Amino acid sequence: MRKLLFESLIRLPVTEPAPAPDDAALAELGEALGLAARRRLGRSLAIREVDAGSCNGCELEIHALNNAYYDIERFGLRFVASPRHADVLLVTGPVTKNMREALERTHVATPDPKWVVAVGDCAVDGGCFASSYAVVGSVAAVIPVDLRIPGCPPAPIAMLKGLLALLEPDTRRAVQRPAAAG
Amino acid sequence: MTATDETGKEARMAGLSDLITGGRPIASHRPWPRVVVDEATWQAVMAQLADGNPTLLGLWGEAAGVHIALCDEAAEAIVVLSLDCADGRYPSVGAQHPPAIRPERAAQDLFGLTPIGLPDTRPWLDHGRWGLSRPLGAAAVPRDPAYAFLAAEGESLHQIPVGPVHAGIIEPGHFRFSASGETVVRLEERLGYVHKGIEGLMAGATLEQGARLAGRVSGDSTVAYALAFARAVEAALGVEVPERAHWLRALMAELERVANHLGDIGAICNDAAFSLMHAQCGILREQVLRASDTCFGHRLMRDRIIPGGVTVDLTLDGAASLRRLVAALRRRFPALIELYDNTASLQDRTVGTGVLALDRARQFGAGGFVGRASGRRFDARRSMRYPPYDRLAFEVPTLEAGDVNARIWVRIREVGQSLDLIDMILDALPAGALRLEVPAAAGEGLALVEGFRGDILVWLRLAEDGRIARCHLRDPSWFQWPLLEAAIEGNIVADFPLCNKSFNCSYSGHDL
Repeated sequence: MRKLLFESLIRLPVTEPAPAPDDAALAELGEALGLAARRRLGRSLAIREVDAGSCNGCELEIHALNNAYYDIERFGLRFVASPRHADVLLVTGPVTKNMREALERTHVATPDPKWVVAVGDCAVDGGCFASSYAVVGSVAAVIPVDLRIPGCPPAPIAMLKGLLALLEPDTRRAVQRPAAAG
Repeated sequence: MTATDETGKEARMAGLSDLITGGRPIASHRPWPRVVVDEATWQAVMAQLADGNPTLLGLWGEAAGVHIALCDEAAEAIVVLSLDCADGRYPSVGAQHPPAIRPERAAQDLFGLTPIGLPDTRPWLDHGRWGLSRPLGAAAVPRDPAYAFLAAEGESLHQIPVGPVHAGIIEPGHFRFSASGETVVRLEERLGYVHKGIEGLMAGATLEQGARLAGRVSGDSTVAYALAFARAVEAALGVEVPERAHWLRALMAELERVANHLGDIGAICNDAAFSLMHAQCGILREQVLRASDTCFGHRLMRDRIIPGGVTVDLTLDGAASLRRLVAALRRRFPALIELYDNTASLQDRTVGTGVLALDRARQFGAGGFVGRASGRRFDARRSMRYPPYDRLAFEVPTLEAGDVNARIWVRIREVGQSLDLIDMILDALPAGALRLEVPAAAGEGLALVEGFRGDILVWLRLAEDGRIARCHLRDPSWFQWPLLEAAIEGNIVADFPLCNKSFNCSYSGHDL
């Protein structure tokens, strides 16, 4: 173990440089987020992941956000075990009818202010499962959604760009300007 | 083996082939036979299943009939038996052979088929939330969502309900623990939360839509599912894909296996609070995903295998990057194995924890690392010899301890085997076409493909216009989830995450 630990001291980190926040995500958030709420949170967000019917593909790539390459915690983003500790619900999957109530109750259990991020094509519009008797559809059909990250599944770097937009000061300004004008 | 055992084995095998000759064979079913049998034969099969041979590979319904797939492991032969039940009733297989109970409950929910004598008649996939019942049979009014968990009675027992939303980044399902202090007396699983109605969507779908759906049954096995679906279609139509496609499919399947095993090994150690392994295995897994992306244009290689062949070719650069990947893993992985093996605090958690006995693994036909860690030597690549594995030399690592440690070690050895296979495939990769157009025609096909978690079964019937009339996809987890309930008994609640992760059953693949 000592050898491994020592090696990681002298080797260059594998971590990717920070990507720029996604423009589309910034625009979507600019419309959705309130400035006051953003100020209260600062640059740190606690994320609760909810699989509402996913095939598990999105979960694999969300897991990858925690690996040494993407290292999501360096941005102040961390996954928490309870919705009661969360600022953000990261929801995957077409919402199945069997998971609808669990998703609604998780949303209610999350304290305000809170945001919902729909991850993956299925969460965005139900994907190839939309017409099933067992599926409600998109996440937005069940709880209000603030940010959508499409992909099947979205690559970790795409998710990182989207989530970074949640932390971006520019988004706050974008929200602030119309407020100041009013 | 004694002479009596030998005679018994021959008698049982003879019994299975008698059943085949006694029934009405369906000519359009390939590559293994499907036989429509009468109720007396059905009953005789149940007795054989309860006796331990053949192994139940799957049980699924249709509007007016029920099918079981059986595997004679010694003879490496598969047969599908069908029983017509126009009145929707049939003699329960689960009454004598417990592994059939959950599939029968599912077929009851989806088609309204009633197994006479089924010991557990509670719904399984249907939580009373669909707005209707029997969605694939004659739809009826929804059932009551109330669900009674099994009782555990005794002094100072308490219940711990967990889920469907769990603490980690994992799929949803409900676990009901009955514990005496720290010790688990009974675990009861309740699944079906991510039921998406995939078999309903399959009915009437084109092959293209079907392949996309199959690749989304269980995200971690997208290659294996797409392969099983494609092979079932090709069997139904009697077409053979170009040679290069066989080899590229196997290449993707082995990359998927390595990536998942690496992720699992790290995650199991993480559940014993040893995050160094998790971090190191996470790096290796990411390297495999990146190489897969470079070679096939998608990190999970989704939608790359279709009926008729594959959609993308491996470039020269791709082959070189895979060689580099294999070399890098061979260089880095041994240090991690040594770390795992030499960390006493970690071994203390994994050795002797969550033991699954061989007879249970055999009874349920448990595939993958769950079966092989308990000594059940079954691997569809080896037993069914589908191409190109019929021309590749590889071992099927098998251990006997049946504990968490053994399930980790089977994965470790399989990573080594898969790296060798990737090398061999790259050496032998023939040139040629990637795919052929599949005709639109009727037929029935069955495929059994080894995913990282075990054997995946796909059975389908194509209509005259080439569309899917009925498609059943059976995840290996169907026969592993019930064993987790058995393996956790007598362990402490705190070891459940370890046991659960070492089984790593699929929720989505099971719930469909």
